[in-house]
Amino acid sequence: MTQPEPDATPVLALEEVSKSFGAVRALRGVSLRLYAGEAHALAGENGAGKSTLIKALAGVHRPDTGTVLLDGSPVEFHGPADARDAGVAVIYQEPTLFPDLSVAENIFVGRQPTRSFGRVDHRAVKQAAADLFARLGVDLDPEQPARGLSIADQQLVEIAKALSFDARVLIMDEPTAALTGSEVSRLFGVVRTLREQGAAVLFISHRLEEIFELCQRVTTLRDGTWISSEPLAGLTEDDLVRRMVGRDLDELYPKQETETGEAALTVRRLTREGVFTDVSFEVRRGEIVGLAGLVGAGRSEVARAVFGVDRWDGGEVEVLGRKLKPGAPSLAMAAGLALVPEDRRAQGLVMDMSIERNIGLTGFAETTRAGLMNRRAERDRAVDWAVKLQVKYARLADVVGTLSGGNQQKVVLAKWLATAPQVLIVDEPTRGIDVGTKAEVHRLLSSLAAEGVAVLMISSDLPEILGMADRVLVMHEGRLAAEIPRAEATEETVMAAATGRAARGRDAA
Amino acid sequence: MTTTAEPVRSAPASRAAGARTLIDKMFKARELAVLAVLVVMLGTTQIYNGEFLSEQGIKDLLLNATILALVATGQAVVVITRNVDLSVGSVLGISAFAAGNYLNGGGSPLLAVLLAVALGALFGLLNGALVSLGKVPALVVTLGTLYIIRGIDSIWVGSRQITADALPEGFVGFGHDGIWAVPYLALLALVVLLAVGYYLRSYRSGRDLYALGSSPEAARLAGVPVRGRIMTAYVLCGALAGLAGALYLARFGNVDSATGNGYELTVVSAVVVGGVAFTGGSGSVYGAALGAVLLTSINSVLPAIGVSSVWVTAINGILLLLAIAVDRILALRVAAVLRKKAAQMRSARHD
Repeated sequence: MTQPEPDATPVLALEEVSKSFGAVRALRGVSLRLYAGEAHALAGENGAGKSTLIKALAGVHRPDTGTVLLDGSPVEFHGPADARDAGVAVIYQEPTLFPDLSVAENIFVGRQPTRSFGRVDHRAVKQAAADLFARLGVDLDPEQPARGLSIADQQLVEIAKALSFDARVLIMDEPTAALTGSEVSRLFGVVRTLREQGAAVLFISHRLEEIFELCQRVTTLRDGTWISSEPLAGLTEDDLVRRMVGRDLDELYPKQETETGEAALTVRRLTREGVFTDVSFEVRRGEIVGLAGLVGAGRSEVARAVFGVDRWDGGEVEVLGRKLKPGAPSLAMAAGLALVPEDRRAQGLVMDMSIERNIGLTGFAETTRAGLMNRRAERDRAVDWAVKLQVKYARLADVVGTLSGGNQQKVVLAKWLATAPQVLIVDEPTRGIDVGTKAEVHRLLSSLAAEGVAVLMISSDLPEILGMADRVLVMHEGRLAAEIPRAEATEETVMAAATGRAARGRDAA
Repeated sequence: MTTTAEPVRSAPASRAAGARTLIDKMFKARELAVLAVLVVMLGTTQIYNGEFLSEQGIKDLLLNATILALVATGQAVVVITRNVDLSVGSVLGISAFAAGNYLNGGGSPLLAVLLAVALGALFGLLNGALVSLGKVPALVVTLGTLYIIRGIDSIWVGSRQITADALPEGFVGFGHDGIWAVPYLALLALVVLLAVGYYLRSYRSGRDLYALGSSPEAARLAGVPVRGRIMTAYVLCGALAGLAGALYLARFGNVDSATGNGYELTVVSAVVVGGVAFTGGSGSVYGAALGAVLLTSINSVLPAIGVSSVWVTAINGILLLLAIAVDRILALRVAAVLRKKAAQMRSARHD
């Protein structure tokens, strides 16, 4: 493989770049050099700052300090268009498509081939898209609207978009998360060709074997700081993990051994048409059950249906022997169920309200007498839980929007733990929060389980699932694909089930 | 690798094409449905009242629809970007008075029309700047400018009035005459409509407007100049409202400080009836114009079949709700088709 000369000028580089969002320091003095003809991996845990770094390269975020260098000279990208014009193509983790436009238009938006007088040549747009799909070896209809595409197909459209302008720098943020094995190998073939033609590639994946397969060099980030940049040759997967985590896994995942009791949450053949099908499982007292799967596999949708936010079309849900009605969250709450949702800003909190009021939202039954609220009782309840969870705040009357992500998550947890739930469903409980708080949340979940609470934990963070769960349920395209006991759960077994590579495992007993 | 993949690919592709034409039909059906309702309505009225579609009758229908269709065209462009312009009634009123005032002072008709267009574009620029820079919901911003422009209009106009006898004869004639049953005003509106429709379909910046309305965040990431495009949409909408003001003057010859009051709601109804989704990114100016023709035709149809015109408002409301219901049902059908198709493609790929 081509090993660049030490004195070669990087095509695109970051020097000592820092970026903060409010109180959260996402990047601290990070440097990165991308060379022509080289595939560079970016490694780090969730929340290490990888996505922020990519957005700095793509012109979405402007660094607070530090510089972006293009061919060795400093540049300032004023927006994504500037980066694009400089030859930087980005495939984001979450596909960003236009649902109303055709697939072909999605690829060429703003750059359509034109005829005389600057008119868009619709036929050429369609043809060029078809050519790209042929090159990627996928059968997608250029003229169908992007609405209704599966996540994998959306990702393929994103990849075609990035390929469509002969990028000098190709940045891919977990492009393979939703792809099947053969689609991944096709993609890698195309990327290798691009690299051999002299493009610089930046690649992010949580599958370490893919990093070793595709890349020559790796930069590791941890908690927003730069840890190392080195050639991959000579490194092992363990070396890489050690650099990424930087601490003992036991400390991050303080799983206690617990006695499991009776079934607290029983879900039988739950179906919501077109979203998930025939999902059956149970969660026992004292148990943490992990629910893994790719983005879009239907995990959060199952949680929402169980809690009653969405209706279900068939099947039943039982909490401690009580059957729940579809679409009735207040009944679910009364039965002892709590749901900490996926998106704390949009679903978990009212961002403009105070900490006290947010925690109080689940406690009106307790704090209201004869139709009037007792403010004192509300405040006491809030203080109680805020202190128990060590929320860092100046005053309880502070608006939650001003807190850091980790503290916001603690407020959501406090809000639900204050209802003294018997069954707790947490959806991505540690997404986008710093490592210290993450460990605190894990300790909290573990001690709740020890107290006899049944915990269902949805997470895209595989180490978290493996580190915390007694059993792992894996969803694939709306169905439960496997149930794996703790002893057998490894990154390989879970990913194989999540990508549909493994045959359906033991049926949920 | 493509040669070996060929036979596998053709089967799902043809299935995909089948699903696609169905979807295409559904979307086109949306505009055709408005046209069909219009044709049936006019046809039935003609059978009931043989005088309805006389030369003068057709001329009246077209004249009545022209101004609303123009403003609806502009409004549709804004709604496609997932915004709205509520100030069009006020802009129409003040531009009409400005053009009339200029003509009263002995100005040339052509310059008067250009003046109205320029004034409208200026207000469009103001709206666009407030919406795109202020990042405030368009509904609130343009509600504000609706009142501000109306206020300026009232102060400036006072109790004055422009009347037809104070206007040049040629200008008034332009407002009434035409080629056979087709008034010049309608021809002008048609030309504008086709031009805007062509722009939206065939220019990058026009396609950007759809992209922007479909997903503002994706548009930003794709490097679409979001602010500039929103400004363009508002300037276009304002300019068309201004032009409509000048045509209003030519047609009615009578403008005061209340001209165009409450017009914005009729315009928005026309756009929605014509199938432009309020969630942005879909619909066409042709649909909006058809919606305008449909709404204004009801005004002529009711008296022709002997129904009191007090029913007009209620019927407009019913049409609006019907249109929204149809859109919703269509969206659900399309989603079902797409889901089924995705499942087929997936199983085909795993075979």
